Formats: sequence, structure tokens, C-alpha cells
Amino acid sequence: MMAACLTVVRPGLFATIQDLGRFGFQELGMPVAGALDPVALRLANALVGNPQGTAGLEIALLGPALRVDAPAVRIAAVGPLALTLEREGDAPQPLAPHRSHTLRQGDVLRLGAVDGASVACLAVAGGFALAPVMGSLSTYVRAGIGPLGGRPLAEGDRLPLTRDSAPDGSDVELPQPPDYGAGPLRVVFGPQEDRFTDAAIDTFLSATYRVGKQADRMGLRLEGPALAHRGSADIPSDGLVTGSIQVPGNGQPILLLNDHQTAGGYAKIATVISADLPRAGRLRPGDSLSFQAVTVEEAEAIRRRREQAIAGWVRAIRPVRPTGGIDLEALYAENLISGTVDIVNGGSDIPLL
Amino acid sequence: MEVRFTSCGDTAFNVEFGETIDRATNARVMALHARLKAAPPPGLVETVPTFRSLLVVYDPVTTSRCEMQAAVEAALAGSDAAPEEGRLWRLPVCYDPDLGPDLAELYDTLGLTAEQVAALHGSVEYFVYMLGFMPGFGYMGDLPAELERPRRTEPRVRVPAGSVAIAGRLTTVYPWESPGGWHLIGRCPVPLYDGDRPDPVLLAAGDRVRFEAVDRAAFDAIAEAANAGRFDPASLRAA
Repeated sequence: MMAACLTVVRPGLFATIQDLGRFGFQELGMPVAGALDPVALRLANALVGNPQGTAGLEIALLGPALRVDAPAVRIAAVGPLALTLEREGDAPQPLAPHRSHTLRQGDVLRLGAVDGASVACLAVAGGFALAPVMGSLSTYVRAGIGPLGGRPLAEGDRLPLTRDSAPDGSDVELPQPPDYGAGPLRVVFGPQEDRFTDAAIDTFLSATYRVGKQADRMGLRLEGPALAHRGSADIPSDGLVTGSIQVPGNGQPILLLNDHQTAGGYAKIATVISADLPRAGRLRPGDSLSFQAVTVEEAEAIRRRREQAIAGWVRAIRPVRPTGGIDLEALYAENLISGTVDIVNGGSDIPLL
Repeated sequence: MEVRFTSCGDTAFNVEFGETIDRATNARVMALHARLKAAPPPGLVETVPTFRSLLVVYDPVTTSRCEMQAAVEAALAGSDAAPEEGRLWRLPVCYDPDLGPDLAELYDTLGLTAEQVAALHGSVEYFVYMLGFMPGFGYMGDLPAELERPRRTEPRVRVPAGSVAIAGRLTTVYPWESPGGWHLIGRCPVPLYDGDRPDPVLLAAGDRVRFEAVDRAAFDAIAEAANAGRFDPASLRAA
């Protein structure tokens, strides 16, 4: 029998294999790459029982169609993505994201349009049986580095699976989609905020910017009021991170994302904090954004709270409820019937029946 | 100059040793890079040396800026011994006008023939200050002052892989086909990045490079051998 795999029946527009990034080689000029929305990848992995950093598919714009060439496989998608199951003899059936599904040999999983964010993620139980490149399965398309020769999925690709059957146990779901928060993206000033005029700093914190058409995995060109430098915009090239906001001579900021170069020669006014990077990675052309300054210590506290929230969502993963009817067992489990819910203080965000 | 710490959000900070591109400043960057690599503090993800600063990347979930900066300050307070001297590479370059399309313009602006450009470019040993821009792209200096030119005002959309180029007091070899604004003076037949090699990236920050002129026939022969996987880059290492 052929090795278990998912076969790409239609490639979609831009699906790449990504994990949480290729760290450790930036001194060689190697970009980190990795999932633009690491929260989506981590939760998708949690839904199929994988370690959270397992490589999955990042789907932009329009997803691929994948045929199951294995006795069974368990998958889960997280993000604003329509999924359709085509099973021989049945009418096409929509599948919900934010839960796992167990697919059978010959099933075709069609991943549709990504609508509401730039990307969604698909995880498969056990992950892909692909050889890491420099310790990572992230795909850096610009230099063709990563699995599949470092390119997006193409028709006929076979994505080998580490398991040839689904794990034991029933399918599970997230009680609700992840909450990415709202409001301004929070930034820490620096490393070169002293290269900007006081007026530019005020403008940066008060203006609303729009994501321009030039937006990809390298970064987002922002449109809005120009930010004036004190003197030149150029500095001796220094290190960049995902979230760096560099401002070239024309004053229009560029928010760098995962495929950013390792070093750059434009002054950087501020850096988006790590807790808000998944939100930044989900932005699309035309989206509006603004910035709010926090200290490094505040950013660290926000990140710790974010990690606690993610851990809470993972703990809340539960068996999928049967559709139709009331699942009494689940209701008891959530204390909705036994009367211990603290309604006055809003102790639960689950609406009362 | 006093060491300066500048923030890159909550996942990294720069340790800045100066504002200028020079060997003494860069040596301090490389010394700290080597020391942190040899004894990484808990939570350190990686360090990235650049001309005059070291980017220290850390995991804010397992450590903090305060702890990591203290660890870096302790490393700075330790011995300031210069890091081990980098490897010396002898890179072949063909300075044929077909492969160095900006040689004609350099003749117009600097009055130097292709032979003079080749002689000057090959006259010094270069130091790899840092890598960046693309995997394997080395920023090497210092270029002889006679060859100093600002970057092209109109960057090229497509610079062929292997192009040997100059800008300011720096020189490089483009590892990939890419856009680029430097002046192209020749081509190196040895790939600076080759995914089939155990260490795909040829150069490292701190390495030294000498360029040696080869004629078109030698260039073609090396390029063919490299394409066929029959060229061992170790043969470029100077004894």
C-alpha cells in the first residue's frame, strides 16, 4: 500500500506549510517565516491532539482541495474558512471550523475562501512526514526554503502523513472561536524612535492607518499620514523582528511580518508587541489600524495573560455535542442546570438557555 | 562609546556599540555574539550580529527583558577577548562586461577600466561584517576608496544570482536572483547558497574573503561543476 498522504487535487491560491518559525539561523540571513497567525495554528493542533508547534497548512485567499489517501485522518481548521466534505455517494457537506473531523479514505476536503482575515490554519493529527529544513517545516517562498522545495502547494502534491489512521477518541471542538481582542495594536517604542520628530510620534499614536495593496507575508505597507524623520531615514542596517515598524524616506510605515528580512537600513519607530502579532498577521489590504504605546514590562504582562487565555481555550476543548436536541451531560458539566453559575457577576460567558 | 540597549518590542533588544560601520565596533558585536552563543542564558532564542549592534532575541514567556538584559550585561562585563578569526575564502570572479553590466558606467564615472576595477576589487582582503537582505547575502568591507559609489538611484528589478556588486565601501555576492541597487561588476560561479550542501550558506559573519579574477572559460567550468554538484566549496578555503 502507498504511504498515507493527503493528495492536492486543487492547489488553491496560496497554501503553504508553516510551523512556528525557523529560529536560530538569522545570523546567516535566514528569515524566520512561520505561521502569520500562530494562535490559529496552535489551536488547530490542539484540536487534533498535536503539540502546538506542529507544522500545518496556512491558507490564504482560497484554500486547496485535498484527497485523503489514507485509511483515515483527523483534521481541524481554525480561522474564517469554509470547509466542504465530498464523500462518494453523499451530497457535499459543509464542515465547521474550530472542531476536528475524522475523514475516510477517498474523501475530498475542499477548503474554500478565507474571509474575514488574511489566513486560516489546517492541522492534521500527527502532522506531515516531511524533513525539516534547518530545523523547521516553515516555508519561505521568496528563496524557496522549506518543504516541497519551499513553494506553495501545487496540484498533484502528496503531503505524507506520519499516521495512517485517526487517533482514538471522538472529535472535539472549541466552545467558541479564539478572541483576538480589538482596539489599537499595542507597540513598544524603538529601537529608533529618537530618529523621528515629536510631531511624527504624536501622529503615529493618533492617526488611523490603512493596510495598502502591497501586503504579503513579508509585511504590510500602511497608508496614512507621513511620519517625518529627524534627518535621514537611513541607519546602518540592524536586526529586525516580526512586528518591527520601519519608516522609509517617504514617511509611510511598513509593518514587518514573518517573512521579513533579517536586517534592514530604515529607522524603526516602534515594534508591535508579541501578544498582538497574531492580530497583525490577520490584517488584509483595506483594513484600518491604529497604535497604542505600552512599556516592555506591560507588553510582557499582556503576553503572559494571552498565554493563559490560550491555555484556557485549549483546556476548554470538549467532545463535539450531537447536533439537535440538548446535550444534558454537557449542560451539567457547565453547571448551567445545577444553579451554581454566578449570573450577577457574569461568571460564565456561555449564554443561559 | 557606552553600550546602549534599545527595544524591539517584548521579544528582542539591540545591544548597540556605536553608530558607524567599522571593524573595531563590529569586533565588539562579534565578541558578544560569540560569548552568548557559547553560554546561552535561559530563554535566549538567538543572537543576530549586524554592523554595529547585536540583536538579542528571547522568549518572553520563559524569561523577561530585565533578566535577559542582566545576563547580557554580565556577558559584557566578562572578558573582551576578540573572537576567533573567521575562515578565509578565495572566491573566483569573472569581471567580464557581459557578467558585470555596470563596468561601463564605472568607466564613465570613475574612469576605471574593467581591468582596473578587477585589480582594485581583488587587491584587499574583505571582512564579512554581517549577513542579511537574503539568506547568505554578506555585507563585506572595506572596499578600496577608489571604487566607492553610492547605490544606483534606480534599483534593478532582477539581479542574477552570483552577481558580484559594490556600493559605498561595501561589496557582496548576490546568492539569489533578486531585486538590487548595487553596481554589478562581475559574477562568481560558486553558489553562495546551495540547499544540497550540509551547510547551505557559504559565508558567516566574521569570515574573510579575497576575490580572485578568473577568465570566462574558468568561470564556465566552475559553474558547470557547481551545477552538477561536483564542486567542493571547501576547495575555496585558504590554508
